Amino acid sequence: MKILVIIEHDQQSVRLASRSALGFAGEIARSMSGTVESLVIGYDVGHVAADAARFAAVLAADHEALQHPVADRYAQVIAQVAKARGAEMIVAAAGTFARDIVSRAAALLGGVMASEVVGHEYRGGELYFRRPMYAGGVTATVRLLGLPQVVTVRPSAYAPAEDLDSPGAIEAAKVDVAALPDHIAFERIDSKKSDRPDVTEARIVVSGGRAIKSSEDFEKLVGGLADALGGATGSSRALVDAGITRNELQVGQTGKIVAPELYLALGISGAVQHLAGMKNSKVIAAINSDPDAPIFEMADYGLVADIYEVVPQLIEKLAAGSRA
Amino acid sequence: MKILVPTKRVPDTDQRIPVSDDGRSIDASSLPYVINPFDAIALEEALRIREAQAGETEILAVGIGGDVYEDELRSALAMGADRAMIIESGTDLDPWNVARTLAALVERERPDLVLMGKQAVDDDLGQTGQFLAALLDWPQATFASKVEFIGQRELRVARETDSGIETVRVRLPAVVTADLRLNEPRYASLPSILKARKKPIERVAFSELGVDIQPRIEVVALEAASSKRQCVRVSSIDELLTKLRDDAGVL
Ligand SMILES: Cc1cc2nc3c(=O)[nH]c(=O)nc-3n(C[C@H](O)[C@H](O)[C@H](O)COP(=O)(O)OP(=O)(O)OC[C@H]3O[C@@H](n4cnc5c(N)ncnc54)[C@H](O)[C@@H]3O)c2cc1C
Ligand SMILES: Nc1ncnc2c1ncn2[C@@H]1O[C@H](COP(=O)(O)O)[C@@H](O)[C@H]1O
Repeated sequence: MKILVIIEHDQQSVRLASRSALGFAGEIARSMSGTVESLVIGYDVGHVAADAARFAAVLAADHEALQHPVADRYAQVIAQVAKARGAEMIVAAAGTFARDIVSRAAALLGGVMASEVVGHEYRGGELYFRRPMYAGGVTATVRLLGLPQVVTVRPSAYAPAEDLDSPGAIEAAKVDVAALPDHIAFERIDSKKSDRPDVTEARIVVSGGRAIKSSEDFEKLVGGLADALGGATGSSRALVDAGITRNELQVGQTGKIVAPELYLALGISGAVQHLAGMKNSKVIAAINSDPDAPIFEMADYGLVADIYEVVPQLIEKLAAGSRA
Repeated sequence: MKILVPTKRVPDTDQRIPVSDDGRSIDASSLPYVINPFDAIALEEALRIREAQAGETEILAVGIGGDVYEDELRSALAMGADRAMIIESGTDLDPWNVARTLAALVERERPDLVLMGKQAVDDDLGQTGQFLAALLDWPQATFASKVEFIGQRELRVARETDSGIETVRVRLPAVVTADLRLNEPRYASLPSILKARKKPIERVAFSELGVDIQPRIEVVALEAASSKRQCVRVSSIDELLTKLRDDAGVL
């Protein structure tokens, strides 16, 4: 089994999510006597390639025409490289990058694709994948029919790959730049640099819901508690819709999937679509003024209280604890 | 301008989804079905484009499946679609085969724009739009939260990505997939619901499109998810902190 892992990066290093995709690929390679190569796409991505080489051999598609992650071009590069290398499995971390680009590449390779995989198993020597459906209400076991197989894996489900004893080789990927499509013009990305860790990568996530009435309150309560715990902030869709939080913070079926050590839900009711994004957290604690809120059915610890009252006290206690 | 809006019918996911005893399918008999929420958003966007465009705009809603699609397509007509069509596939198709069917329909209907959901909330695969764009060699703008026209033949689309809002331009024809914040779908008025009852729903036999089914993903088992968590109710923040620190060991 020849496996090609598509690397997501920030121009400097491999994203943690892609390290989990590499971790998954490594597991498959070990049980099916396979090999793993990774593909770094972009412009001026020498640093990324060097970082990626810590985990596997690297193919780098480094070209000015690939400066922005536009789906038509990147998908074409992935398909070209996958074909040239005879890849039988293409792996990427689930997320909007892979959904947009790797799905398009999958269609160029025959449309054999499983998205959002959270587990795998072998039955009679064949590989089966587990993936959630119906906002996580049902887990399906599926089999892909045909090759190459394209798989996106939820980073929270697989441990990040470890460093190799000695770094893998870095090779330039052969890309026919002249043949790349030019259908999509990238204009810009508005992303806000945050001092807090990314919600998908943090050990602790503090999330706020509709109980919170303004951006200032969110910053004070959710942000303040996250900072006191060294964690990230997240939010329900209700707050994103209300313009109180940015869409990158949305956790859920149609937002980000997180599985931190501790997920603290403040004033979130626990709609299935929200639970779909956080129910695999190791420990879940909820504070909600409604004793019957469904979030408590998914929580390990529950406190019925007004967040406006108790969260400032909680922040104060944590600060006092760290002063002591 | 012609806009094609593929709409899937899905069980309302606010419901608990029961798995059949043999674990091979879901027990749909008791479930209320709706137009996939993202497809309703796509349809709403098509209606707004029609309202804003000077020229004639035709909106065609299509469901690939069987007779069961009638209800959802009537809702699409009631919302304001000009035409509705059932492609009689007989069975449920996976995204690869839905995309190939839609590609064949695009050849026939020649829409300028395909506006569809970013994801069907039953399978949660999120593949079909991207597959279709690749098969047609069209541009795609996925997870759209804003669509605006630049002249007649170009769109500027804001896309919701994990790292922020990205803006791209695509020339028509194109595939655009709708995210939640693109708009809020309207409710159909009673008169339009009544009128929609009398409108015809076009039927296309699957064989007419000349698509051979190539299965790509086989579901072998389904399992209802269950929570194993037992909620310990605490009565104060001190108690909460103690539990998180000492029992759970996460602080
Ligand atoms: C197709 C689709 C996809 C969706 N995807 C997502 C998704 O990805 N993520 C997501 O989050 N949602 C998603 N939703 C929306 C979801 O269904 C819910 O509407 C949403 O999660 C509700 O957010 P909430 O819990 O913040 O708000 P509410 O449901 O309004 O809950 C607010 C809670 O705060 C409590 N409260 C109020 N005041 C206080 C106070 N002072 N102190 C303590 N508690 C208080 C209330 O008791 C209540 O439980 C989706 C919906 C659809 C249809
Ligand atoms: N059977 C179907 N009939 C019509 N449209 C469909 C069908 N299946 C999927 N689609 C469209 O494809 C989108 C994405 O579906 P999926 O890739 O399955 O998540 C949906 O939001 C619909 O717009």
